[in-house]
Amino acid sequence: MSVPKGDVFLAGVGGQGTLLASEVLCDAFLLSGFDVKKSEVHGMAQRGGSVTTHLRFGPKVFSPLIEPGKADLLIAFEKIEALRFAHYLRPGGAMVVNAQEIFPPSVATGHERYPQDAVERLRAVTDRLHMVDALAAAMSMREVRAVNIVLMGAASHFLPLPEAAYEEAMKARLPEKIVDVNVRAFRAGRALLQQT
Amino acid sequence: MSVLEKKEEIRLLSGNEAIARGAFEAGVKVASAYPGTPSTEILENFVRYEGVYAEWAPNEKVAVEVAIGASMGGVRALATMKHVGVNVAADPIFTVSYTGVRGGLVFVTADDPELHSSQNEQDSRHYAVAAKIPMLEPSDSFEAKEFTRLAFELSEKYDTPVFLRSTTRISHAKGVVRLDAPVAPAFPPGFHPDPAKWVMLPVNGKRRHIVVEERTKALREFAESWDGNRIEWGDRSLGIITAGVSYQYVKEAFPDASVLKIGLAWPLPVRLFREFAAGVTRIVVVEELDPHLETHVKSLGIRAQGKEFIPIVGELDPRIVRQAITGEAIPVRVPEPVPSRPPNLCPGCPHRGLFFALKKLKVTVTGDIGCYTLATLPPLGAMDTCICMGASIGNAHGMEKALGPDGAGKVVAVIGDSTFLHSGVTGLMNVVYNRGASTVILLDNDTTAMTGAQENPATGKTLHGEPTRRTDLPALCRALGVEHVYTVNPHDMKQTEAVLRREVARPEPSVIITKAPCALLPEHRRKKRPVYEVIADLCTGCKACSQLGCPAIEWVPFTPEEAVAAGKKATQKGMARISPLLCDGCNQCPPLCKFQAILEKKS
Repeated sequence: MSVPKGDVFLAGVGGQGTLLASEVLCDAFLLSGFDVKKSEVHGMAQRGGSVTTHLRFGPKVFSPLIEPGKADLLIAFEKIEALRFAHYLRPGGAMVVNAQEIFPPSVATGHERYPQDAVERLRAVTDRLHMVDALAAAMSMREVRAVNIVLMGAASHFLPLPEAAYEEAMKARLPEKIVDVNVRAFRAGRALLQQT
Repeated sequence: MSVLEKKEEIRLLSGNEAIARGAFEAGVKVASAYPGTPSTEILENFVRYEGVYAEWAPNEKVAVEVAIGASMGGVRALATMKHVGVNVAADPIFTVSYTGVRGGLVFVTADDPELHSSQNEQDSRHYAVAAKIPMLEPSDSFEAKEFTRLAFELSEKYDTPVFLRSTTRISHAKGVVRLDAPVAPAFPPGFHPDPAKWVMLPVNGKRRHIVVEERTKALREFAESWDGNRIEWGDRSLGIITAGVSYQYVKEAFPDASVLKIGLAWPLPVRLFREFAAGVTRIVVVEELDPHLETHVKSLGIRAQGKEFIPIVGELDPRIVRQAITGEAIPVRVPEPVPSRPPNLCPGCPHRGLFFALKKLKVTVTGDIGCYTLATLPPLGAMDTCICMGASIGNAHGMEKALGPDGAGKVVAVIGDSTFLHSGVTGLMNVVYNRGASTVILLDNDTTAMTGAQENPATGKTLHGEPTRRTDLPALCRALGVEHVYTVNPHDMKQTEAVLRREVARPEPSVIITKAPCALLPEHRRKKRPVYEVIADLCTGCKACSQLGCPAIEWVPFTPEEAVAAGKKATQKGMARISPLLCDGCNQCPPLCKFQAILEKKS
């Protein structure tokens, strides 16, 4: 059997926990016997700006960067960020988008409006668009910081890994006292979407 | 037992983690660095290993000098820095090339093509050529660890410091690494006096220069036979010469092409290039930034292509490489037009208070390197220049001298605590010495924030987390001869503005220290802080609070109908809202509201 391969593009806003989410995802792939590479940027870019992670898995991965138009899955932590990087998705690729709105400076200061048609525009990119309210799910667990893992749970339907791989990755990666809440967040996220 | 433990020899590491691991396995005992993206995490990871010593130095020059001293003392030593840090450290680097080493000595330079978090896009490979120091260049995390170990072996074998060059996509990309056991040192520590080697008087330096030239010849022979420089024969119609992360893009874009992969960026082989050139029809050199390999290849009389179509600006990716070589543009969807999201000062950032007050003074602000460089962006727009670490003070002084009496009271310098200690102190000394009158604002947020909150000499803690003596910033400024040194709380913008106005007008040098902790520090985050809210009935939509540019303050636009429905005048265009998730409770915005519409939220 050939080992599946794929490109996962994560987009969010600095401070949303995209880095940690992608760490868990990488570990889960590694634990399941895949070669995996991921790339992101730190430093100035993290201060509330757009942040992205390129994650690639397969039998053998060379480039740490995904080419535009080739991502199989786009996980966006914010709607504008989904739109900003939608061109990375391959035709027919899947998109899991957090319904949360975080205003960029031009919107926050009233110079531009938050795009009201974001979801329609995303749907024009792919009919495999899945909107999830990860913030609400995290808040109902009284843990706002778990938005990232909720989103991973929802996105896990589109990745070739068993649920146990993610949980094992969280146990290995996270400090013990926050493992439980994150495992619950993952399950809650997974329950937000049906198997497709 | 988790699967990770079972597969304990395999780890997914970033390039920086892999370099730290490689240094540990190589038996490095002393490491020193100044934080700088994308190099910072190397030392942060290295310090976690048992039995090592690592430190944050005030700047890269000191870090390199510390590493040199450790090498002289007979242990393996490491200094790490970002590309522009090499400029700061260049002085000792060029001369330690002559002295050579005792314990293996490695300098890591992490370049930043695409300027993700830098002020320029310089290519550090030129330093290897100019300083006559060998430079290894890994193409992923796996090689980053292996090459780091090798760098120390080469250093001792050839009696030379060795550069290890990384780039953002090596340092901050994760890949699989195989762990090995650490090696034992080949000799015990100890300094062996040898003035002809260690004391670079002209007479000794001249003799050592001859040694350096011989060493480069020997290393060139190593470059011919080492398997890190290797030919991967494939389709002979296209031969690609490449190195670093570009190798990965080439393998992705042209899996069938013949490839000459270069792992030693300096010195470069000669016979290997000729052999490759003889075996392929078309040669293309694929490298990020400057045509370092290409120039060498062409100097051998080999007909090669490269920067005619491989971009010299920015980083590459497989698509750019494929398109440049084939000339075919693969169609992709046009990026959606959306509001841009540049990085911004965090909610609760003390710098915001300072720059809001500073903007009102309508002065020229010479800036520096740190989070506060972001204050140049709207709506604050309160920084006019930024060149390099420590430049703000010299720039302000020079501008003052240029403008003469007309410029009095019109230029101020802003510089962070860590940046001031890095290379601002001498600038301030110069202002005092040369009868300047600059106002210097020292932003003391108790950390090195931009790179992720590292300790520095003014924070009272070492990289190992031990308490230590703090550099007393006001006392230091006074010792330099500044008579007027004042400390203000930048969250109190009224007080800050008053002190700024007074000191800018003063015809003598003065230092204003804005003291408040970075909002990201764990000590601050653990503190119970208020959350503010906008009372909708009271907000008139005047946007006074929006001028702070705080990410927590959102503008909710109204149509005339919505305005009326909300009980407002039809002409009101919208109102402010504070995100309870983002508000840090800094209390900068409530005093700005003339209508007392911003109040502490009752939980």
